Amino acid sequence: MIRLVDVSKEFKTKDTKIKAADRIDLEIKDGEIFGIIGFSGAGKSTLVRCINLLERPTEGKVYLDNLELTSASKKELLKARRNIGMIFQQFNLLEQKSVIENICYPLLISGVRKKEALTRARQMLELVELTEKENSYPSQLSGGQKQRVAIARALATNPKYLLCDEATSALDPLTTRNILELLETINKKLGVTIVVITHELKVVEQICDRVAVMSNGKIEEEGKVEEIFLSPKSETGRKLVLPDSNTGAAPTRDYLRIVFDGQSSFEPVFANLISELGIKLNILGANTEDIGGKAYGQLLIERPDESNVKKVRDYLDKTKVSFEEVFVSKEVISA
Amino acid sequence: MNIKIINLLITGIGETFYMVVASTVISYILGIPLGVLVYATDKNGICQNSFVNRIVGLVINLVRSVPFLILLVAILPFTRAIVGTTIGSSASVVPLVVAATPFVARMVEASLKEVDHGVVEAAQAMGSTGWQIISKVLVPEAKPSLLVGMTIAFTTILGYSAMAGFVGGGGLGAIAVNYGYYRYQTKVMLITVALLVLIVQIFQEGGLKLASYIDKRIKR
Ligand SMILES: Nc1ncnc2c1ncn2[C@@H]1O[C@H](COP(=O)(O)OP(=O)(O)OP(=O)(O)O)[C@@H](O)[C@H]1O
Ligand SMILES: [Mg+2]
Repeated sequence: MIRLVDVSKEFKTKDTKIKAADRIDLEIKDGEIFGIIGFSGAGKSTLVRCINLLERPTEGKVYLDNLELTSASKKELLKARRNIGMIFQQFNLLEQKSVIENICYPLLISGVRKKEALTRARQMLELVELTEKENSYPSQLSGGQKQRVAIARALATNPKYLLCDEATSALDPLTTRNILELLETINKKLGVTIVVITHELKVVEQICDRVAVMSNGKIEEEGKVEEIFLSPKSETGRKLVLPDSNTGAAPTRDYLRIVFDGQSSFEPVFANLISELGIKLNILGANTEDIGGKAYGQLLIERPDESNVKKVRDYLDKTKVSFEEVFVSKEVISA
Repeated sequence: MNIKIINLLITGIGETFYMVVASTVISYILGIPLGVLVYATDKNGICQNSFVNRIVGLVINLVRSVPFLILLVAILPFTRAIVGTTIGSSASVVPLVVAATPFVARMVEASLKEVDHGVVEAAQAMGSTGWQIISKVLVPEAKPSLLVGMTIAFTTILGYSAMAGFVGGGGLGAIAVNYGYYRYQTKVMLITVALLVLIVQIFQEGGLKLASYIDKRIKR
């Protein structure tokens, strides 16, 4: 279990202070895949680095199982870090060392003998399916392969936890999917608890059990991935679930967000809506997502005038399709 | 040109090599820890200590700002205390080391700074101690760059060693001064200069080749 209690991190620069993490309380349970999502600058990296104390919080406590890391001795901290693997957006492999030497590194520094380290490293290579690259150097690998090596290295010492800071952000969609699948396997097979930092909802949807939405150093909301997707409660959450969240472009007019939760299928509902009510609706955006193996979809339509809104509302209620009304004046009525 | 001159030149080459190699080696033995110290104690370094950092930085800058010839003369008593004399090749090694060590320290520092901070961070996240990061991450990762630095240091020291020839040091520098300058044997001077140029070329090329050969970042 990873537990953050009232954790804050303040950066002082010459003339300003930035609270990159602001009174964060968080509990990550053993065995889960926990996501932390937010836009750039939200403080996600800072928060995850507070877990292994790469960044020392200015306030608050960090617990790993029952050890309070923030007051642990240097030796205890180093030992605890060997129980928390970490992977990065830029892979951060040792460029002058071969793949196998990279994976051996964490073993050798923790006192494992060379021969055993090699055996263990080869097992890890097998796990990430890169056996044939044993003697290659990082510069000879693709991004996805580098991340696989980084994963093998992070898991070599058999840690209970794995922190992933934007681990797939430098990779193309297909490679991203493969890496996420690998992380899922690691979670299921080895029981490693995984913390995933990302700015992409897709990543969270594909593998996370629970997610925290972060903005301005604060956690705005936290819950099961489906819950957040179906009815985001925070401003940031709402922006992140929009079809074009990457561009950050939110509709400028009031809109209705109709969400299909895998029960009802997408097209018939909308087709029936139009044909039954006989009103014209303006589509602002739509997409489908795969969450935990179920197809989810959402449809944004421009808010029609009052009388028609009522008709739409009644119809959707009747067909048990969830939706929310979003006013660009930022108030939401969920249904 | 007679046998005597040729023998003289051969001895000169030998002395120059002795001075330069000895000075380079000793400067690195002293300069690597100094460079690592400056790097590690810098802000955002792995063991920040602004006091140590400033003091060491100041000393390095002080020594580096003294022109070599002045340094050479200024530390004559120190040289005598160490080698017992102020003339000859061994005596030249002392001022060469004093002048080159701070230079080497800065070169080492610059090479270490080239190592991606993310790699250091990954090593920290894996629970490395400060010493493990220095010895197993920073220095090995900076090896090609350190080697390039070493060839630059070598050629710089070679230049200094020729200057030392002016004030009683040995080697090719002394021959150039004694025969070319004092006895107007221009030919001898030209030959020594050509030899110096050749040595610089060989080491420069060799060092760079070796550095790129051991650099695993280069795809082959
Ligand atoms: N070492 C530092 N010194 C000063 N400010 C910092 C430092 N590290 C981070 N910050 C600031 O803290 C805030 C949060 O940064 P952080 O890197 O945690 O964001 P992030 O959510 O990870 O963003 P991204 O998605 O771009 O990686 C930013 O405003 C950033 O400028
Ligand atoms: Mg980040």
